[in-house]
Amino acid sequence: MGGDNQIGDRQASAPGGPRDLGTRENAAAIEIAGLDKWFGSFHVLRDINLEVMRGERIVICGPSGSGKSTLLRCINRLEDWQRGRVIVEGVELSADIKKIHDVRREVGMVFQQFNLFPHLTVLDNCTLAPIWVRNMPKREAQAIARHHLERVRIPEQADKYPAQLSGGQQQRVAIARALCMQPKIMLFDEPTSALDPEMVKEVLDTMVGLALDGMTMLVVSHEMGFARQAANRMILMDAGQIIEMNEPQAFFDHPRHERTKLFLSQILR
Amino acid sequence: MPASYPSYVRRSLTEPKPPPVATQGGLTFIRARLFDTPLNGALTILTGAMVALLVWPAVKFLLIDAVWEGGSRIDCLPQTIGREVGACWPFIKAKLPQLMYGFYPEAERWRVDLTYALGAVLLIPLLIPRLPYKSANAVLFFGLFPFVGFFLLVGGTFGLPQVETRNWGGLLITLVISFTGIICSLPLGIVLALGRRSSLPIIRTLSIAFIEIWRGVPLITVLFFATYMLPFFLPGSWKIDSLLRVLVGVALFAAAYMAEVVRGGLQAIPRGQFEAAMALGLGYWRMTALVILPQALRLVIPGIVNSFISLFKDTSLVLIVSIFDLLGQLRAAFADPTWATPVTLFTGFAFAGMIYFLGSFGMSRYALSMERRLNRAEAR
Repeated sequence: MGGDNQIGDRQASAPGGPRDLGTRENAAAIEIAGLDKWFGSFHVLRDINLEVMRGERIVICGPSGSGKSTLLRCINRLEDWQRGRVIVEGVELSADIKKIHDVRREVGMVFQQFNLFPHLTVLDNCTLAPIWVRNMPKREAQAIARHHLERVRIPEQADKYPAQLSGGQQQRVAIARALCMQPKIMLFDEPTSALDPEMVKEVLDTMVGLALDGMTMLVVSHEMGFARQAANRMILMDAGQIIEMNEPQAFFDHPRHERTKLFLSQILR
Repeated sequence: MPASYPSYVRRSLTEPKPPPVATQGGLTFIRARLFDTPLNGALTILTGAMVALLVWPAVKFLLIDAVWEGGSRIDCLPQTIGREVGACWPFIKAKLPQLMYGFYPEAERWRVDLTYALGAVLLIPLLIPRLPYKSANAVLFFGLFPFVGFFLLVGGTFGLPQVETRNWGGLLITLVISFTGIICSLPLGIVLALGRRSSLPIIRTLSIAFIEIWRGVPLITVLFFATYMLPFFLPGSWKIDSLLRVLVGVALFAAAYMAEVVRGGLQAIPRGQFEAAMALGLGYWRMTALVILPQALRLVIPGIVNSFISLFKDTSLVLIVSIFDLLGQLRAAFADPTWATPVTLFTGFAFAGMIYFLGSFGMSRYALSMERRLNRAEAR
């Protein structure tokens, strides 16, 4: 696999690229400290500590029920928690609804089931939030939406309804919809697991494109090809804890934990 | 090696072919849909016989044997005209003003007609999807028309003599109560349904209490309470118009039912829709108005129309609090000895039945076409 580290190489050689941001002040996009969460009596997240730098692309994997989606959903507070702190782009999340909205405006999210609005056309799906949340004029919102639809390579579907598109196209619309808010961070919650195998690639290509543009990304996924190609950090979660965190090369080639070895052996047949 | 494929594996792709001829054409249709098995054939014949048995007498009564001209009961008696007598339409003709306006003064009836005309002019373009300016039209119909209608019908201002609601009657009352009930119950019902799903305990409890109390009592009780009991609880100087009390009672009663219909729609919206809307930064009200309600209401169009139709027909219950709607006026007309014939009752009810049917069936068909149009737009 010669092209595996393509993006990493590009960054190392690009002055002012995302890696350089690490030296600047306040470069952390997301800081999670001592995060604990229970669903009833089930301890779903246990003392999570994680710092995500701007421009970093982190792929989180792990068995189902390990809390990886829940962790992702804490970052835009679709889930609340009992203990710990989550700071996104300098805003500490609390029950304060204003702060939650401030964070959600800056954090785009892509769901496993796409969750497009079925009663709106593709274009209206993309312009809804910019118009009503960012108070953008309709014309400008549409121009931005068309730009992002172009970027995910489905500009010709703008006037169709979601039900008229294939799964892969719907997921790309969902990505475009999130991008239309011009977010600083993108969260992907198993974006390809509800897709037919034929459509996985078109969605992953779109995500690689985003990574190349330097977007800060947190991706819950088992697409290890994508992880090798685009991630600069891998996280393995199990039983609500971060078990292993490393650069992709080392993560795949020399996993330190038995749990990681077992997990990798099961998904990389 | 192709030669070694098992025999059931296709070696080339086939082209699409037209369907077999036997599935097309009228005679085939009759055979396939109506007489395909002995049982279905028997059912077809039985149904046909039942339709003939019901339809023929109805046509005979309403049209063939009907009396069309006349000035009093004499003209509708078998003895005088020497044949079997069906519907006595002169009776309806003679009583029509009463059935339409009640005791609304004759000189002022143009106000009722003008209100109807205004309503029609505003409503019809609203119902035709192709016509533009829908939101302006809706504001005029739902926002302005009720007030204009109120001032026109009640009067007492702008030089119009006041007409007390006690003189209103007939179809006018039926339409006023249904219209008020319909345009009040939907928004109120939506608010109650949202309240019932609220995360704030006080709002949730109040909504549940409201819905359950109003659903727990019969409409007759509500009307009775509003008309005869409420005055005891209010200070003596408070005089609320009796029609207004009934209107409020009907609207709140209908709202409680509507709330449950709307809640059904809200519950059918997947969690993912809420989450996607929240993740985009939409607040509660925008999420509800832009994402959730448009989908939820669409899902429950059949239930909403069901409530409207049932409300439209339930208005006839106001008779028990001495408000004379269409049916009430009809019953009053039956008491007129000038028109006492054996067929008066049937004629009157047939006429009222047709009016109610036209209204209900109209709503039902319009809702169906709207549903189809909405679904067509989004389907594959």
